[in-house]
Amino acid sequence: MANGKFRRDKHPVPHFLRGWILPALLLLLWWLAVKFQWSTSPLLVPLGKVWDTSVAQTRSGELRIALEASLRRDLIGFAIGVGGGLAFGIALGLSRLFERMIGPTFHTFKQISLFAWIPLLSVWFGLGDTAKVAFLSLAAFFPMVLNTFEGIRSVPGELIEAARVLKFNRRQWIFKLVLPAASPSILTGVHLAMVYAWLATLGAEYLLVSGKGIGNTMIDGRELFLMDLVLFGVIVVGLVGFSLTWLAARVERRLLAWRGHSVTLRS
Amino acid sequence: MAAQQIALGLSAPVSATSLPARRAWLRQWSPRWLALPFPLSLLLLWYVAARCGWVAPQILPSPQTVLLTFIDLVVSGEMLDNLKISLLRVLLGFGVGLTGGLLLGVSMGLSPVFKDYVYPLFKAFSQVPVLGWLPLLMMLVGIDEVLKIILISQAALVPIAINTCKGIENVPTRYVEVARVLKFSRWQLLWRVIFPAALPPIWNGVRYGFTHAWLALVVVELLASSEGLGYMIVYGRQLFQLDVVMAAVAVVGAVGYCLDRILARIEVMLLGSRRRGF
Repeated sequence: MANGKFRRDKHPVPHFLRGWILPALLLLLWWLAVKFQWSTSPLLVPLGKVWDTSVAQTRSGELRIALEASLRRDLIGFAIGVGGGLAFGIALGLSRLFERMIGPTFHTFKQISLFAWIPLLSVWFGLGDTAKVAFLSLAAFFPMVLNTFEGIRSVPGELIEAARVLKFNRRQWIFKLVLPAASPSILTGVHLAMVYAWLATLGAEYLLVSGKGIGNTMIDGRELFLMDLVLFGVIVVGLVGFSLTWLAARVERRLLAWRGHSVTLRS
Repeated sequence: MAAQQIALGLSAPVSATSLPARRAWLRQWSPRWLALPFPLSLLLLWYVAARCGWVAPQILPSPQTVLLTFIDLVVSGEMLDNLKISLLRVLLGFGVGLTGGLLLGVSMGLSPVFKDYVYPLFKAFSQVPVLGWLPLLMMLVGIDEVLKIILISQAALVPIAINTCKGIENVPTRYVEVARVLKFSRWQLLWRVIFPAALPPIWNGVRYGFTHAWLALVVVELLASSEGLGYMIVYGRQLFQLDVVMAAVAVVGAVGYCLDRILARIEVMLLGSRRRGF
């Protein structure tokens, strides 16, 4: 390790700058391409224009309306999917009978690629918010169920034996043993559900084109051939995705903090 | 870290179960037919609902109609043609994504300097979900085959690259030290120590990447295509032929399942000896 560090320090570019070099080069290339008119395509928009569009969108409140609509749908669908998925996953994990009866059907439905549901849902729920929210909850539901189920099924045998020795009743069994032991996997499920719900938000806005949303902003931008607007949309989508991941990681660390001790002791 | 955790969470094998003793009888007495009543009653409900006209056939066609349409589509060859196109797309896109992801992941994993340069940009790009790039790519390359391949390969590339990089970085230093003691050449170190040790996380990335590629295929075919399984779904939807939609959806599910099984088989072949070792 020391050896590696030493060699690294010999490199001419300081460590903290390295990550910035490629993005800077890309921006420079872009700027040069605009400056010297390498292409006359309207797709080659100047950097400044993307900035202006961003400012205009933010100032006029368009961004806020679109983001609010998208995020509200995202959160409602996410909440329904996670709540339902948690309940279903717990039932599946705790009851052998339930698993034997419903499990195979669930695993069959799981195979259907997520977005293939949209056309069916659009027939059943229309093109409005109901269909979108239904689709989003479906997107969050599947990873939530799978991870809850796996978490519960991998509760270590020693813990179960201990609980049996302590004569836990049903409530204690669930709240003192199963849920805490399965919490890392369950939180992974929540994290995944968040990622998928955001992906699905965009998909729903592309495929069920009605109403407002950040996906609609981008689709509009494409149809009007406004590269600056689309690029702005890409940046916003990336930032939202990043914030959601960050938030999930924070919550995960916070909620699992109690495990810290035992883990460090064990290793 | 997060992505790896997610990948692990997705495909971690369900470990041996241990249950309260009073439930043990169910484990021994586990007739397969227990799985049947629920889907059968769903089917019956569907049949009765269609039969008695509780829902309009445009909204929910009867099960027989769906089955007949499915047989029709198979016999006429329409289903197979579309399936072939979709499969070709997903394989091509996945192949490109796999190659790119492995190259990127291996270089980032092996060379910290390369990682310093590339990783931040890569990370920034990967924050935007595949669908976020779609409108941009549509403007740049149109809605031809190229768009589909780019999108599918990108969907596969990100998890593969991240998992490969992390997998190689996490190879225990001890292994490398042993190799150094044994005076392994660079090549031997790579092929005898690092790649075998990093294989499980890399493979996780590959499977995760494939799931994403299949997802991306369906989306891109739904949004911009004139052939393929996704197109069949859209087309059926537009004509309000829900039987076509359902038949195509069923095929999408079945094919996704088969491909996943194939990957699971390969996994056993690749990692089987390892598992047995423990």
